[in-house]
Amino acid sequence: MSHLAPLILVLPLLGFLLVLMNGRSLNNRMVGIIATGVVGLSFLATCVAFVLLLHDHDREVTVNLFTWISVDTLHVPAALLIDPLSITMCLFVTGISTLIHWYSTAYMEGEKDFRKFFLYLNLFVFSMLTLVLANNLVFTFVGWEGVGVCSYWLVSFYFDRDAAASAGKKAFIYNRIGDVGLLLAMFLLFVHTHTLTYLGIFSSTSLLSPTIATLVVLALLLAATGKSAQIPLFNWLPDAMEGPTPVSALIHAATMVTAGVYLLVRMSPVLALSSSGRMTIAIIGGLTAFVAATIATAQKDIKKVLAFSTVSQIGYMVLAVGVGAYGAALFLMVSHAFFKALLFLGSGSVIHSLGGEQDMRKMGGLAKWLPLTFPTFLVGWLTISGVPPFAGFWSKGDVLTNVFAHNKPLWALGVVTAILTAYYMTRLFVLTFRGNERFREVTHQHDPHESPLAMTAPLLILAILSVLGGLLDLPWAHGFSLTHFLAPTFGFVAPIGAQSTGLQTGLALVDFAAALIGLFAAFTIWRNTVESTTFEKPFFEHVWRWDDAYDAMFGRPLEQLAQVSNDVVENRIIDGAVEGLGGSVQRSGEGIRKLQAGMVRQYALAMVLGLTVIVVYLVGRVR
Amino acid sequence: MTIPASWFLVLAALLFGVGAFGVLTRRSALIMFMCIELMLNAVNLTFVTFARSLSDIGGQTTVFFIMVVAAAEVTVGLGIVVAVFRRRESTSVDELSELQG
Repeated sequence: MSHLAPLILVLPLLGFLLVLMNGRSLNNRMVGIIATGVVGLSFLATCVAFVLLLHDHDREVTVNLFTWISVDTLHVPAALLIDPLSITMCLFVTGISTLIHWYSTAYMEGEKDFRKFFLYLNLFVFSMLTLVLANNLVFTFVGWEGVGVCSYWLVSFYFDRDAAASAGKKAFIYNRIGDVGLLLAMFLLFVHTHTLTYLGIFSSTSLLSPTIATLVVLALLLAATGKSAQIPLFNWLPDAMEGPTPVSALIHAATMVTAGVYLLVRMSPVLALSSSGRMTIAIIGGLTAFVAATIATAQKDIKKVLAFSTVSQIGYMVLAVGVGAYGAALFLMVSHAFFKALLFLGSGSVIHSLGGEQDMRKMGGLAKWLPLTFPTFLVGWLTISGVPPFAGFWSKGDVLTNVFAHNKPLWALGVVTAILTAYYMTRLFVLTFRGNERFREVTHQHDPHESPLAMTAPLLILAILSVLGGLLDLPWAHGFSLTHFLAPTFGFVAPIGAQSTGLQTGLALVDFAAALIGLFAAFTIWRNTVESTTFEKPFFEHVWRWDDAYDAMFGRPLEQLAQVSNDVVENRIIDGAVEGLGGSVQRSGEGIRKLQAGMVRQYALAMVLGLTVIVVYLVGRVR
Repeated sequence: MTIPASWFLVLAALLFGVGAFGVLTRRSALIMFMCIELMLNAVNLTFVTFARSLSDIGGQTTVFFIMVVAAAEVTVGLGIVVAVFRRRESTSVDELSELQG
């Protein structure tokens, strides 16, 4: 294990370095093979590590790489923590990333910066694995920042487009705000527990007073809202759609947005100390899930719908964390990774076939032309909508059942969100694949073409995973479920067993009914409609005016402050001081230069007079 | 009989005064030079006087230095005056006032 675990982490870095060093001597094909290969090998290493962990009695291995920081009482090792949580994360991060890398080799074919794209992609995976595998908060922070900077590079990959450049900046700045939360949490924890390793913190939670614990939880929540795109920092994620589609899939499914939820789940022993903190988390998650779902109903860009759907689904995960159902959160995270990667890569295939068109109003009737993308997308659509027996039904059901046990209003909000989810996904599906063919203008009367094998094969694999993903954690399979596997990490099993089978079945039926309502509503409305002002509320389309509000609250006041700084501070005060000093020197020079008349006798007179004064003074002193 | 030191000092003061007056009033560079020499030698006279009355050889030594420096100064100064005269046909210092602020 101690040799294997570092391998998981180092392989993507190795790929990054290989491509970086040999950039010019490798052709695009080789770059694709290397980049995909290292992540694939990393996945294999994770699989072996997983099997080894199953045979490990403690289900917890710390692998020390080297001592990183050792100052006074601060000791930060560069060490990896292999436990059920981190290995679960690694499994789907490396697995999904491998598929996305493979897909990208075809999708990015012919791009000018093909090589650079894969450099960033490998570094992205490396950062995410660092984040997940680190055994202390500081090392996690390295990955946390790495993920942030890679997302910045990838979102603004087409940096010659203004929208892409500013979307990258937006993502970076929103994440930076979240980072403050993580730093504050670290400071608080170090001051009170004198350690930053996870196991160290967990064994000294008794040192944290309830107030401090709540503060730490809120700081962690701020960090999570930044990275995982929750209210109030969620609106960078939809803008991140400016990056190439595989990047969207990578950010939304496997890396980045799951990091915030991972952090909260990882810190579950601290979360356990503060019920008000958990309540805040649950409310934030529930609200985000609902708000993002309403926004998704009115978007016209296929990727924007999926982006807000991600925000909404992450909201579900945060909600699950808030009610203490960490296993359910992880279950949804894994199944979401499957179906969201599938949906994004599927939408990428659609966009690819239409030569870059993302507007759903210019699609329609694509089912006939995309014989592989269509059925896989169908699976993705049914999965996210929560139709049994696909993975989404089980995972979302798991979350909602747990929420029901703790908080009825939030559960109701969750069910409404489920209806909306089924509704907007059906709208997307119908507008894209059914109805009239509206794409002729875009494709210049050509027929759309199905994508190459390297793009469709990952779709097929992800579709199978989406179908079977529910098997990970069926409600009645207690011994062999994901929750059971994760139990050692959380120290307790989520209290789902407290509910009767009848109630669980009832709740499952409610979920199913919610999915069906959404499905049929969308079918009825969108079967023959492309645009509708009744159902596409401008308020929702414009993201609840969220950006406008931030603009009015922060953007414009700051702009005014900058204007005032320029007009008054810069132009008057600073320039005034500098130019005033220069001017006074110049003016005094003008006066003094008259003394230099060039007349020798005048100088001589001055000397004599000066001499006389000195003599008179000296004589006076002698007296 | 010995002449009192104060006589020499008065003579030196008079010589210095004449020299200073000349420097301040005359325009010709040559005459100004001569006046400066006068002032220098007036100072030399005081040095010698004090050296004698205080029995200190230091004053007389200083005089030799001053003489050497004065000789050098005159050499350079007269060279400049000759050069200026060749250009301007005049040695009036008031006309040499280009170096003004």
